[in-house]
Amino acid sequence: MPVSLECSARIDARNVDVRLSVATGETVAVMGPNGAGKSTLLGVLAGLVRPDHGSAVLDGKTLYDGGASLPPYARGVGLLAQEALLFPHLSVLENVAFGPRCAGVPRKLARARAHRWLGEVDAASLADRRPASLSGGQAQRVAVARALATEPSLLLLDEPLAALDISVAPMLRRTLRRVLDGRSAIIVTHDMVDALLLADRVIVIDGGRIVEDGPTRSVLERPRSSFAASLAGVNLITGTTVPDGVLTPTGLHLAAMMDEELPLGEEAAAIFSPRAVAVHRARPTGSPRNVLAVTITDLEQHGARTTVRAGHLSAEITTASAAELDVEPGVEAFFSVKSAEVSVYLR
Amino acid sequence: MNAAYSGVPRWLIAVAAAGALFLVLPLAAIVLRVEWLRFGELITSDSSTAALLLSLQTSATSTVLCVLLGVPLAFALARTRFWGQRVLRALVLLPLVLPPVVGGIALLYTFGRQGLLGESLRILGVDIAFSTTAVVLAQTFVALPFLVLSLEGALRTAGTRYETVAATLGARPTTVLLRVSLPLVGPGIVAGAVLSFARALGEFGATLTFAGSLQGVTRTLPLEIYLQRETDADAAVALSLVLVAVAVIVVALAHRIQEGDAREP
Repeated sequence: MPVSLECSARIDARNVDVRLSVATGETVAVMGPNGAGKSTLLGVLAGLVRPDHGSAVLDGKTLYDGGASLPPYARGVGLLAQEALLFPHLSVLENVAFGPRCAGVPRKLARARAHRWLGEVDAASLADRRPASLSGGQAQRVAVARALATEPSLLLLDEPLAALDISVAPMLRRTLRRVLDGRSAIIVTHDMVDALLLADRVIVIDGGRIVEDGPTRSVLERPRSSFAASLAGVNLITGTTVPDGVLTPTGLHLAAMMDEELPLGEEAAAIFSPRAVAVHRARPTGSPRNVLAVTITDLEQHGARTTVRAGHLSAEITTASAAELDVEPGVEAFFSVKSAEVSVYLR
Repeated sequence: MNAAYSGVPRWLIAVAAAGALFLVLPLAAIVLRVEWLRFGELITSDSSTAALLLSLQTSATSTVLCVLLGVPLAFALARTRFWGQRVLRALVLLPLVLPPVVGGIALLYTFGRQGLLGESLRILGVDIAFSTTAVVLAQTFVALPFLVLSLEGALRTAGTRYETVAATLGARPTTVLLRVSLPLVGPGIVAGAVLSFARALGEFGATLTFAGSLQGVTRTLPLEIYLQRETDADAAVALSLVLVAVAVIVVALAHRIQEGDAREP
């Protein structure tokens, strides 16, 4: 794939030194602990923070190189923050038309374009409202339309769902998934689900350095950095949706609690925590649980708790019960998990 | 409505009441002292109306000047960083604490005939001292810090998050200023302008020193009141009440404009 963004940046004051590239149409998730330098990286790319050293080229345009730096308004880089930050004195439509107007688009055309982008994020009915009258989810939807209306070469998203209610985040995530498709974007997130559903690639930053960079699935399933491990630390099974859960290509059926009506036959990911998994030596009977036959590959003890790994799956049980079960690598065992503990997300 | 527990000690309320009384009592004293039978006649005399009109006209002009000069100054102080900024801020606020008569002398030695710029101005055919222009300059000099101070505070409170968003949407600095920053701090500008107008209206010391006291040219209402006090105390009291009324109307008006802004976000 052709490269859209190629950048390196060193910010001495915050001990950040990174180098990364984004392919055209690729969405990259940037993850890492607080203060790792994720937001600083976005600030550098948006033109709000000046790096001490490095350069960046976006679609053939030099954003910065040594002392020379393009101002934020000339970069073609959109920024969507945690808060919507809609201009309170403008209507929703005027907010979205703001970018095109700045680019010199005539008023009528800018408004038409704003209407189109509002439709794109399912917010067409909000056009005449004032920002103060919108809910958090609605405002963020409008903010997405406003950022996209400038048709940026690169869209930066700084934890766009973090400030939203748990009940509205999934809908906006689906909208983001739709509009980010085929768009060069970098999304900073703490949520593994965001990375899984929105990004093609994950970069993990820790202590101002990139410690991991790879396709989302492989980083989440086989984390190499301790941060990715603690973050990923979840079981992930992909397949297609069936009425009560997910069916994998190998014929494994995983029952799940479906919070909302999901369309059937769609690609989906089932996610559950290792803490929700019980380990048995004999196949458990008579309980409404999902049972997975596995071969233990690895044991890892952290004090009173032990992580039992079987390929990509893991269970976290007390060290006492691990001893009692007498599990060790190579042993055949069964992992069981309640359907209520399994979440399903459309891919 | 039931009052919630406020946690304010009672003795504090008592002191607050004494403070309020200290401010309100003198106003009451004026109202009580007014010779109501002659009130109309006193405030409509030639010299009184001339002074009132001159006051309103010069105060309005200096308020406009304060906005034109003060808004950029407040932005520069709140939103940029440069060498000597702290010193400049202190100097800008100096007229707040300076005795106005000192301000008048300073202006005289700047714009007066013997002043720093006086010679150059005279060559250009401009003679400022003891003219209506001098009144406006004196009022602007003492009123400008009020606008700068209140707007700078509003700018700092507002932060620059909206400006940042506007820049990433492709807005150049001038567009950001006109379409985002100024509308957002509109109420702050109105509040600052009102303070400036009120200060300009009450200006006395700098005006007398720098502009003198010529009826219809430089004798504003405060100067007229001071002059009348010597000859006709009743007229001075009546005019004082007029000045109080004008001040109250202006403050109330500004309050309504700001309330309106808050209601319709």
